[in-house]
Amino acid sequence: MTGGYLLQQMINGLVLGSVYALVAVGFSMIYGIVRLINFAHGDVLMVGAFSAFAILLVFGFPLWAAVLAVLTIGAILAMLIDFIAFRPQRSAPQVNGFITSLGVSILMQNLGILLLSGQPRPFNLPGWMRTNLDVLGARMTVLEIVTVAVTLLVLLGLTYFVRGTRMGIAMRATAENPLAARLMGIRVNKAIATAFALGGALAGLAGLLWAGRAGQIDPLMGFVPGLKAFVAAVIGGVGSLVGAVLGGYLLGFAEVLFVGLLPPSFGSYRDAFVFGLLILILLVLPNGLMGRSTEERA
Amino acid sequence: MSVGRHHLAWGLLAVVVIALVAYAEGSLSGYERTVLGFAGIYAMLAISLSFSNGLTGLFSLGHPAFMMVGAYVGAVLTFPANRKGFMLPALPEWLASVEWSLFPATLAGGIAAALVAAIAGFPVLRLRGHYLAVATLGLIIILRVVINNADGATRGALGLNGIPRHTDLWWIFGWLAAALLVCWRLKHSSIGRSLLAIRENEMAAACMGVPRARAKLAAFSLGAFFAGVGGVLWAHLLTNLTPGSFGIALAFMLVVMVVIGGSGSLVGAALAAIALTFLSEALRPIEQAMGAYGLVQIVIAVLLIAMLLLRPQGFFGSAEPSFLRRKAAGSRAGRPLSPGEEREV
Repeated sequence: MTGGYLLQQMINGLVLGSVYALVAVGFSMIYGIVRLINFAHGDVLMVGAFSAFAILLVFGFPLWAAVLAVLTIGAILAMLIDFIAFRPQRSAPQVNGFITSLGVSILMQNLGILLLSGQPRPFNLPGWMRTNLDVLGARMTVLEIVTVAVTLLVLLGLTYFVRGTRMGIAMRATAENPLAARLMGIRVNKAIATAFALGGALAGLAGLLWAGRAGQIDPLMGFVPGLKAFVAAVIGGVGSLVGAVLGGYLLGFAEVLFVGLLPPSFGSYRDAFVFGLLILILLVLPNGLMGRSTEERA
Repeated sequence: MSVGRHHLAWGLLAVVVIALVAYAEGSLSGYERTVLGFAGIYAMLAISLSFSNGLTGLFSLGHPAFMMVGAYVGAVLTFPANRKGFMLPALPEWLASVEWSLFPATLAGGIAAALVAAIAGFPVLRLRGHYLAVATLGLIIILRVVINNADGATRGALGLNGIPRHTDLWWIFGWLAAALLVCWRLKHSSIGRSLLAIRENEMAAACMGVPRARAKLAAFSLGAFFAGVGGVLWAHLLTNLTPGSFGIALAFMLVVMVVIGGSGSLVGAALAAIALTFLSEALRPIEQAMGAYGLVQIVIAVLLIAMLLLRPQGFFGSAEPSFLRRKAAGSRAGRPLSPGEEREV
């Protein structure tokens, strides 16, 4: 095995990890504030991908319009889901929220099949996004470089938002203790809606990037990234934003290395590996790398 | 013990079901019998899931994984020996030559599933709530990958077809009765009350001397046993198997049945299972005529969300229909939860 091969694998891991981090951070933010495993998060990503498809390839708008659109549509959709399905049962047991999100996920997938057909559609970004560049001796497409850069920018912006703005502080207070936050005059539902909006916007953006990577989209495409985001969030410690980013990159690297370094016959065990890892981490390190042991998980 | 009103109700129910099965086997078409068969299998699966998920509070999505284990074990055991050579070349000699009948194969499938559950449950059951749910979801995906890769013994993603159609309605409704009887007796025994105690407050249960790790593992394995049996019956009803059939969609369907029936209510889950099977069969022609694929799933998902928003405890809560219950003074085992009541602590 040569150094170049290893470098190429590391870069692949970095790109994959960036997409995972983008989805996981929204997922973890929603969990942190309402203690909800939002199974429908991946399906927001799917809607983002289809919106990008419509704007870029059906209506022929430029790329910046698609980026704006996926951010907006993702945010509105996630807030809408929260408003209709989750807000009425804030005081119900946690598991009810999880089952509801499972229902929302199945609903969205099948609405997608009903309205858009289950057949995969080709999704081709403009040609310049797909040209290969030489980076330190490894090959990266423009899309991959953009993916990594955008993820870093978004995460920096998010960190500023959560730490430095009034709404960010309100969100953190709500995550810490909703009742106390309400007593301090924080509009808890608004803070929660903001968390859903941010998470949804990031999922929509990730949908655009994911679709560009995969080259095709279909209504069930959100399932795998949604689950991977969950795994990434668990690795990092669900509820912790830094942890989710860390978990996303770790999972990206682990997956790429698992496929890249083991003989090809093991490649088909990739998903089994990811879930084996998940179960192992839940058992050995139930609070993840950065999570706090404020509640019982195991 | 004198014969109570509930004995009469049970006897009447048994007579009605036997008469229905006899009628169905005698004069219904193959398609109608298959739909009835699925209703029965789903009812059995929902009962066992309501027992482990609803009553014990182990929110597992792993039922399809155990069905998968049972289905493949059963199918390999009953598969015609003369065709195993080229269909399943990787089978060891002692498996390649056997050709069992349905009943021992069903038992073997159930036991295999229970064993897998016991092994997997040992670490996984330390998790709770939605963490357990996702870990058991992982179990489905891990087992599917294993079966896909062991294609010499399972034909992998291609699917195993040509399984003998051994399952008839007598077998299905016989097993359904067995599942209901076992889970009912356990639910209304001291074991059932320990399980309910674990669901309501695990720490308090442990303080009262409930061996919670053992009790949870036992409930989980019992659920898995019936899932495995259901898998074997399913395989010998459909006569073909692919790992893809036992996925998230099926896990979701079973969870919906339990939620609608009432978590912990055995009869409630069975009724919900039967109603949902008939509903989706009734909608399927519409789906196909209109080309509206996904309609069935949409209706089911909307039903689930509406149920959780409007009546989160399900139709029956944790209780059973009153005409089937013995009137026992002070028995509160099946008390339904009131809407806002916390189930977890």
